[in-house]
Amino acid sequence: MRRGAVRFVGMGMAAATLVALAGCSGGGSGDEAGGDVTLEFAQWWEPELPDGALRGLMDQFEEENPGIKVELLSGPYASTKEQLFAGAAAGTMSDVVGLDGAWVNDFSQQGAIADLTKLMADYDYDDSQLASQIQVDGSTYMIPVVNFVYPLFTNDDLLSEAGVAAPPTDRSEFASAAKAITDSTDAAGWALPLSLESPSVIQNNVMSWVWSSGGSMLDDGKPDVDNADVADLVDYIQGLYDDGVVAPGAFTMKEQDMVEEFTNGRVGMMVDSLAHINLIRETNPDLNFSISAIPAVDGYTGERGIPYASWGIGVAESSEHQEEAFKLVEFLMSEDVNAELSTVANAFPGNKNSTPDFEGKDELFSKAFEIYQAGYPANEFTGLPVAEELMRQFDEQFQALLEGNQSTEEMLSKVQDSWSAEF
Amino acid sequence: MSITSKGPRRDASRGGAPTPQTTESQTGASLPVFVNKTPNRARWNDAKKKGEPFAFLAPVIVLIGVLMVLPIGIVIGYSLFDNVITNKNPELVGVDNYIEVLTNPTFIAATGNTLVFTGASVVAHLVLGLAFAMLLNTNLLGRFSKAIFRTIFVLPWLFTVAIIAVLWRLLLNPSGVVNFLLSGVGLADQGTEWLSSPELALATVTFINIWAGYPFFMISLLAGLQGIPGELYEAATVDGASWWQRFISVTIPQLRPIIISMLLLDLIWTSQQFALIWLTTGGGPINVTEMLSTFTYKLAFSRYEFALASTSAVIILALSGILAFFYVRHQRARD
Repeated sequence: MRRGAVRFVGMGMAAATLVALAGCSGGGSGDEAGGDVTLEFAQWWEPELPDGALRGLMDQFEEENPGIKVELLSGPYASTKEQLFAGAAAGTMSDVVGLDGAWVNDFSQQGAIADLTKLMADYDYDDSQLASQIQVDGSTYMIPVVNFVYPLFTNDDLLSEAGVAAPPTDRSEFASAAKAITDSTDAAGWALPLSLESPSVIQNNVMSWVWSSGGSMLDDGKPDVDNADVADLVDYIQGLYDDGVVAPGAFTMKEQDMVEEFTNGRVGMMVDSLAHINLIRETNPDLNFSISAIPAVDGYTGERGIPYASWGIGVAESSEHQEEAFKLVEFLMSEDVNAELSTVANAFPGNKNSTPDFEGKDELFSKAFEIYQAGYPANEFTGLPVAEELMRQFDEQFQALLEGNQSTEEMLSKVQDSWSAEF
Repeated sequence: MSITSKGPRRDASRGGAPTPQTTESQTGASLPVFVNKTPNRARWNDAKKKGEPFAFLAPVIVLIGVLMVLPIGIVIGYSLFDNVITNKNPELVGVDNYIEVLTNPTFIAATGNTLVFTGASVVAHLVLGLAFAMLLNTNLLGRFSKAIFRTIFVLPWLFTVAIIAVLWRLLLNPSGVVNFLLSGVGLADQGTEWLSSPELALATVTFINIWAGYPFFMISLLAGLQGIPGELYEAATVDGASWWQRFISVTIPQLRPIIISMLLLDLIWTSQQFALIWLTTGGGPINVTEMLSTFTYKLAFSRYEFALASTSAVIILALSGILAFFYVRHQRARD
């Protein structure tokens, strides 16, 4: 009896050890019987696309490239991020990875993602068709596959109720419109979600105002956040905040709260991703709203930077099948496939020659495409080290400024110091 | 008596060569015994006998080793390097990380916030839990009424943290239900920013945590109250004790072991609260609701400073270890 128990325990331990060892091995791609290569493609895109859309493209890729299979590893954005960081540390990153520009610097410094400039040269890829590339130290590590732009959304009924004829085009008009909406209606003029949980608002809703006027927060790739362009903007937003035109609860408001407030007609204007148009239409079909470029400083006539967020793509440095992995990158960036992906994603293509199909789509998408083509995609946070932390540091100091705890000069000086320390 | 005969016989059946010898029984009579002639086999048998308990313990030892000792050891190791995971060649820096974390103003603020948040939560959990438990233990209500109230009171404990956070974010929205109701009776302004105001945010998240956690105390204390013999109250009443005297001299002493255990466990759990803070305020506004847990999370997943995050985690582990020590000592004293 006892001997049997001991034997049983021994067998159990052996089995557990085998399971543990099996769990420790693997990662990345695999070679199947018959010489097929299976690529792992980790991304957060599939859950955000219509059912089967990404798998359909992968099936097309497999058909065009016999001998290569693609296994999609899909999850929400945050899970994908954690999975990639764990994979990068353990050397088990998937062969092809969906990337956010905010992660690129860290992954490249870690040596976790491959130098795409080298891969493009090795496999004779013509990169002139790419709308943009995210580089670190002169080498490309991420290619934006599709871009989601962030225009200004305006509730036209509220604007008209407040006596404003058209969406604002410059900062003075915006301040007047926001004040008019706040004074004449039950709604707030503008939503500014500053939650520290997800500080990307600093990129999309704050710095975007600098880029839309041709300004910059960097100087030769290094922090220059205390320059006059940024200081003007900070003073401008503080003025709006002090005027009471910013929707209450800004310090813990998240992007989804802002969209909800706008959708329910409690906020007149917001800067938001184009991807939310369908959500707004579905939630409140009666809402009469339009989109326009983010207002620039008064009198600015130059090209406007349009903030964007990307679904980027990269290849793992540890991948044993970089050639096959790059074929998948090439496939997704090809003119037709890129147009198709941007159409289903309600985004704009990463290939210059691709044109999304707007047929049957909300007319605002074609309006947004005009805005996109009239300006240039601008996001200075992509490729910076610990980009999210930089935004959070700015956000925290910005909140202290709005709360009246410090001056603009003090705030920007602190941010400049803390940003410089991260570089 | 002849207790030594079984073993050698078993060995004999397996091909050994036991030889009968004699030994003295307790009565002094000589009895035949078998001594194994092969010392290796004897040693093997001996080792097997001694090793058997360890074989039984092995699965637990392996599990504890893999799931606890190893990760904790790795994190402690990480805390001694300049940076890990994102750095291919980390260098040993000794206690530098500990000095950096302990002198970080945000860490100090987070420690203060955690103390306020934990202290207020635990005290309120106890007071509310005991009050509701005593209400539910009354003889004045019928079984059906008690079941309804018990269900209502325990509801917050049934929600997951994500639901609690979403629920209270909606309720406490400046244009939400709470402001509507409170402004209706003149207790608050319509646009009160419960979670976004630096003056109110810490108190608000503490309130939410109190709401979410008191049922655990209530259920445990209710079970304790139901176990107090009625004779004790009867004897106290006969002695002329008032309600307050019965509460102080009978109820509290009888509940003391449960109260102390619950207090220590709640201190440990609440000091590690992360999800509620993260989902409601993200540690803001500014840093007024920054806790040790959110501070550590940001070090790891926002700054990718995994060595500093490990250092902060080890400090939290040490603080929790002190509480755990008192808990274990209290449990042993009870046993």
